[in-house]
Amino acid sequence: MSGLSRVGAITFRELRQLRRDRLTFGMVVMIPLIQLLLFRFAINTNIRHVPVGLVNLSNSAFSQILVESIRATQVVDFQYHFLSIQEAENAITRGDVRAALVLPHDLSRRMSRHPLIAREVGLPTKDELHRALGQWLVDGSDTMIASAISRLTNMPLEDGRGILTQAAMNTFEVVYYFNPEQRSVVNILPGLIAVILTMTMILFTSAAIVREKERGNMELLITTPLRSIELMIGKIIPYVVIGLIQLTIVLSLGYLVFNVPIRGAISDIFLASLLFICASLTLGLIISTIARSQLQSMQMTFFILLPSILLSGFMFPYEGMPVLAQWIAEALPATHFMRMIRAIVLRGDELFDIGGDALWLVGFTIVGLLIASVRFKKRLD
Amino acid sequence: MEWVIEAHNLSRLFGELRAVDKLDLQVERGIIFGFLGPNGCGKSTTIRMFTGLLTPSEGEVTVLGLELPGQAEALRTRIGYMTQKFSLFDDLTVSENFKFIAQIYGIRGKRVRAKIDEQLNTYGLSQLAGQMAGTMSGGEKQRLALAAATIHEPELLFLDEPTSAVDPENRREFWEKLFDLSYQGTSILVSTHYMDEAERCHQLAILQEGKKRVDGAPEELMRKMGANVVEVSGPDLRQVKQQLIKRPEILSAAQLGARLRVLISDRIEKPTAWLEQHLPPENLDELQVVRPSLEDVFVSCTGARAQ
Repeated sequence: MSGLSRVGAITFRELRQLRRDRLTFGMVVMIPLIQLLLFRFAINTNIRHVPVGLVNLSNSAFSQILVESIRATQVVDFQYHFLSIQEAENAITRGDVRAALVLPHDLSRRMSRHPLIAREVGLPTKDELHRALGQWLVDGSDTMIASAISRLTNMPLEDGRGILTQAAMNTFEVVYYFNPEQRSVVNILPGLIAVILTMTMILFTSAAIVREKERGNMELLITTPLRSIELMIGKIIPYVVIGLIQLTIVLSLGYLVFNVPIRGAISDIFLASLLFICASLTLGLIISTIARSQLQSMQMTFFILLPSILLSGFMFPYEGMPVLAQWIAEALPATHFMRMIRAIVLRGDELFDIGGDALWLVGFTIVGLLIASVRFKKRLD
Repeated sequence: MEWVIEAHNLSRLFGELRAVDKLDLQVERGIIFGFLGPNGCGKSTTIRMFTGLLTPSEGEVTVLGLELPGQAEALRTRIGYMTQKFSLFDDLTVSENFKFIAQIYGIRGKRVRAKIDEQLNTYGLSQLAGQMAGTMSGGEKQRLALAAATIHEPELLFLDEPTSAVDPENRREFWEKLFDLSYQGTSILVSTHYMDEAERCHQLAILQEGKKRVDGAPEELMRKMGANVVEVSGPDLRQVKQQLIKRPEILSAAQLGARLRVLISDRIEKPTAWLEQHLPPENLDELQVVRPSLEDVFVSCTGARAQ
């Protein structure tokens, strides 16, 4: 019983100190807010308005129509007109444009012999079949830009008489479940919950014990009857509350402002998040027992944070990673939570169905707490 | 006699450095025991071994009948420890600090409030109850630290240089509080590098370079010092000092204003006669044998010539 009241004493003290630390308190709210807004408005995986140049050697009426129909896709903005390919290449090197479209002088002839149009005027020769209308010169160093432009290679064509021709017949039809409009915010929002919680939770507790060492409070604490497991649990509880507050902010903003559908049960979301919050806090505590200064604990936090963002499936699909990366990912609590939260929020899965990941997080927390308590010696030597 | 601390052959090494070297010590129940020594003499290290915070490299130590470091946890509630550096929470108020410490020591319910009020009154902190600990003066912080260290009424109290950041007025008040605690039956071990504080202790051990040089009651130490103290006055004292310090019989010579305080080994039976014999008469206005002070004891047993 006195153990419980000691845990309570640590928790209330921690909350009280936190309340007086205005900046930290503000960050609790600002970090999820700013991150959410950044991912919603600043970071866009649907690339638009790439600055490009045009080398029009054809100058035919058809070239004008072609350029207009490309402009209509909004993928690129024609900002420069170059007279030669050499000029275009120089502009790409300088970084004035990310790509340039070269329309050859025989554009009209190529068009008329294009396999989709030429059917009416007789079969094209084998050579003509493989001749594209024009060529894109692309700054390939940025793969995102390059792939955006490469999508233009199959764009539908207008033949000058207002008739659209599809470049090729689709082999398959695709039906998009859960996110029919393919809005990136839908997939990002649950992932963002995982990233924000990883970041703030680990950071809070990783500093928790080192800070007391640095301030000299530790020498007092270790001469008291306080047990290390009591100290660990007492330190975790206040941040659990903070984690749940952050979760509520992201979820409600996502639902109310960005119309992200929440298909699963709210209770499941909170329960899954609670498990993840505890696991992350425990991870922070272990860091805190290793670090000798707050700077060291900060560096170790980033050491965990980067793979958590890159390997957890937030940025790149887990399935596409090499096996070694998958193993590392499996060791990170963020990966398991990413799977759970996406399943619950986006697909309406129930916590029970993804019990494996939930159990893993429970196990991680218990083992982590034990490791942290054993590592934290009530000694100075 | 009942001992609260018994240490035999106690040593602590930090790498090559012997911070504490084969210390034998016994501390009686109910007294104020002082550790006197310069910075880095092993006072803090010894206290940390007595409180179970450091594991001894060699030797045994028993505190309140409990063997350390094995039974350190059982000792926690029975001792109080005031660290050298202020270790309470700067961003909590005085009351909040008390409340936290009281809860950690398992004080429950209404007794918490009663105990806080008692400590606030006893240590003159009632006016400051709502103030942040970090904004208080050195003397106030020190009173807060002592009050927090005694909130669970420990049998044995360790104070590591408690007055190093405090003015003389506050130091005197602080010692009054220590005597109150001692009167109520608390055994106290206090480390200091101030002579006047050491002189207040019932018993004393002088430490240097991790070794215990002497121990006993201050008066006893002065009596058995092994040297006589003669104060010399006259012109050109700086030169007299230079002359004297060369002689092996002289343990030390220190100038105090217009006088030179000379410690002469007690192998010399008649110190004044010896001085008159060895000093030019024009430099000697007056010679006077005086009562030794604790500083003399300290100098005679820690100086390079003590061994």
